[in-house]
Amino acid sequence: MASQKRIAKELAECTSSPPQGMTIKLPNDSDIHKWHVTLEGPEGTVYAGGKFGIIVSLPTDYPFKAPSITFSTRIYHPNVTNDSLGNICLGLLKPENWKPSSRLSSVLEAVRALLVEPQPDDPLEARIADEYRQDRKEFDKNARSYVQRYAKGPVKFESGGGESGGGSTSNTGGGGN
Amino acid sequence: MDTDDDFLSAMSSEDDMLPEDDSENEDMSGVEDFGFDDEPDPDIDMHKEIGAKKRVAYDVSFKVYQPGDIQKQQDDLIDEVNMILDISKEEAAILLRHFRWNKERLIEDYMDRPGKVLDAAGLSRSAAGPPKMETIPGFTCDICCEDGPGLQSFAIKCGHRYCVDCYRHYLSQKIREEGEAARIQCPSEGCSLIIDARSLDILVTPELTERYHELLNRTYVEDKETLKWCPAPDCQNAIECGVKKKDLDRVVPTVSCLCGHRFCFGCILNDHQPAPCELVKKWLKKCADDSETANWISANTKECPKCNSTIEKNGGCNHMTCRKCKHEFCWMCMGLWSEHGTAWYSCNRYEEKSGTEARDAQARSRVSLERYLHYYNRYANHEQSARLDKDIYVKTEKKMVQLQKESGMSWIEVQYLNSASQALQTCRQTLMWTYAFAFYLARNNLTEIFEDNQKDLEMAVEALSAMFEKPVTELADPKLKVEIMDKTSYCNRRRVILLEDTAMNLAEGRWTFNVELTGSGANGGPSTRR
Ligand SMILES: [Zn+2]
Ligand SMILES: [Zn+2]
Ligand SMILES: [Zn+2]
Ligand SMILES: [Zn+2]
Ligand SMILES: [Zn+2]
Ligand SMILES: [Zn+2]
Repeated sequence: MASQKRIAKELAECTSSPPQGMTIKLPNDSDIHKWHVTLEGPEGTVYAGGKFGIIVSLPTDYPFKAPSITFSTRIYHPNVTNDSLGNICLGLLKPENWKPSSRLSSVLEAVRALLVEPQPDDPLEARIADEYRQDRKEFDKNARSYVQRYAKGPVKFESGGGESGGGSTSNTGGGGN
Repeated sequence: MDTDDDFLSAMSSEDDMLPEDDSENEDMSGVEDFGFDDEPDPDIDMHKEIGAKKRVAYDVSFKVYQPGDIQKQQDDLIDEVNMILDISKEEAAILLRHFRWNKERLIEDYMDRPGKVLDAAGLSRSAAGPPKMETIPGFTCDICCEDGPGLQSFAIKCGHRYCVDCYRHYLSQKIREEGEAARIQCPSEGCSLIIDARSLDILVTPELTERYHELLNRTYVEDKETLKWCPAPDCQNAIECGVKKKDLDRVVPTVSCLCGHRFCFGCILNDHQPAPCELVKKWLKKCADDSETANWISANTKECPKCNSTIEKNGGCNHMTCRKCKHEFCWMCMGLWSEHGTAWYSCNRYEEKSGTEARDAQARSRVSLERYLHYYNRYANHEQSARLDKDIYVKTEKKMVQLQKESGMSWIEVQYLNSASQALQTCRQTLMWTYAFAFYLARNNLTEIFEDNQKDLEMAVEALSAMFEKPVTELADPKLKVEIMDKTSYCNRRRVILLEDTAMNLAEGRWTFNVELTGSGANGGPSTRR
């Protein structure tokens, strides 16, 4: 299979010189289509001090089809669904933008960039996006409390906390401290 | 071949006997042959057009194109731009698609600033030789990471080179899975150069080329406001019509494809004359919203108004006779049929209640529901009757075949039944929409004429429908055959009269509606198909 060689090469590159603030591991050595990435919350952002699990799944048709990226750690962010699915909106991954020459390292860098600078104009969580634009203080507070609640301690990679999510975008109110 | 001829003559009973090709829509005969030149005048004035060609008011000019025609039109435009701008055909094609086939604008912009136009369309300016497959020593494909010796590779003008297998895989995914054709970019991240047709011809397998050209044809049709796909399933034809979106409050542009499907060019729904697209949209929404209230009406059974025994409707005819007490009544209004036969008193007309009755809000809402139900009842009834008429026809046809075998009648001789069935379908479809139209119509000095036309058509249709339900042995009677043929052409004639009147008044803005028509009501059905 053509994609094996390409994935092996990318994996080697990403493990030897990983993108900033990330560690990459295979949960199952015999399956190079699933990666577990641990991302440290970038310094100087509300996510600093947290560790976030990111699951990278490479389709059989990779690199002709885009990888799928989800957060396994809950995160309070306009571009990530506020549920156990942790779906993320990245322009780079949309079929019309994805190119087979695109690299996973640049995808991961784009994810990190999104934590540094959220894109409220292209939100998955409209309410959080509004809050980000209109009440930054409140947004910061909620995001930090999410970090405290979910992103401390050992990083979990099993799909989020429980099966209840089901694509809903429930507002959990963020800890309320 | 033109349509200037008085087409009422085309509705005579002789013509109804014409076999096959004319039976579908007598009233539209020859219309397909009349149309635009290849490049329609963008500012065509349809009113002037109608006047100039002495066309009936409800007819619009249109032309049906088959797949080969669509290809030829594109090729002609490409050739023209290729000559005028002195660029390759591949580039001309890409530029035309980029400009949504607006040749004039492309030429103008290109003359002004060629560099900018080429950039915007994803064509680079460097003119290297034509792309070809190459084997380059030391080459590694950036997509699959293969680097074996003899690995064939390919690059378009930008020089981003990948192995041929990866290129093919990429293209087949774009073409087959994503239905992309006109704007496939170079596989390199961040490179927006569009892969030209010649490169595609080099790379893709024949069965993919076919799909690719099919998709290119689609973009050609979908990019042009004057072109739309025939929505009939499996039909590959496109229709050209100059009626614009902004005209839709003045005309109901009904077109008819070579495949026999008749539809509205404005909203792609089935023929809904005389109601303008926007009213149709409003009406359908209202019916969907109020479906529960209205459901009981379209039920197949009702009670005889005299003896209360259950009566089932199994034919299209609305003249009901109770089996038990022989009471004759009208299915639509449940009134006495005897009063319908001569004058059709006011079965089609909703009598507005005087103001005194509708003082309080509750009474008003009851009146408004009653009014809606009056029109919905008749609308739904014609829809249902058209279906039932068709069932009867199918059954009759079977029996006729039987009869022919026994009596030695030739097949052609029973074509009149097919014509009659077609007329019933078409007229009931028109009648159906007259009720939606009437629901939104505000009274003025013209509504009475409309209602009279509606009534006349309805009476004619019910009479034909009743003849249709006669037993087969009677149908074979030559006298009844002549009667049916006469009634068929009479129905068609009444329909034409009604449509002419409504279309003329619509074109001249003489109707007043009790809702506002913005003229942008029909945002065209799904015009994109893949
Ligand atoms: Zn390759
Ligand atoms: Zn390129
Ligand atoms: Zn068709
Ligand atoms: Zn329409
Ligand atoms: Zn009865
Ligand atoms: Zn009646």
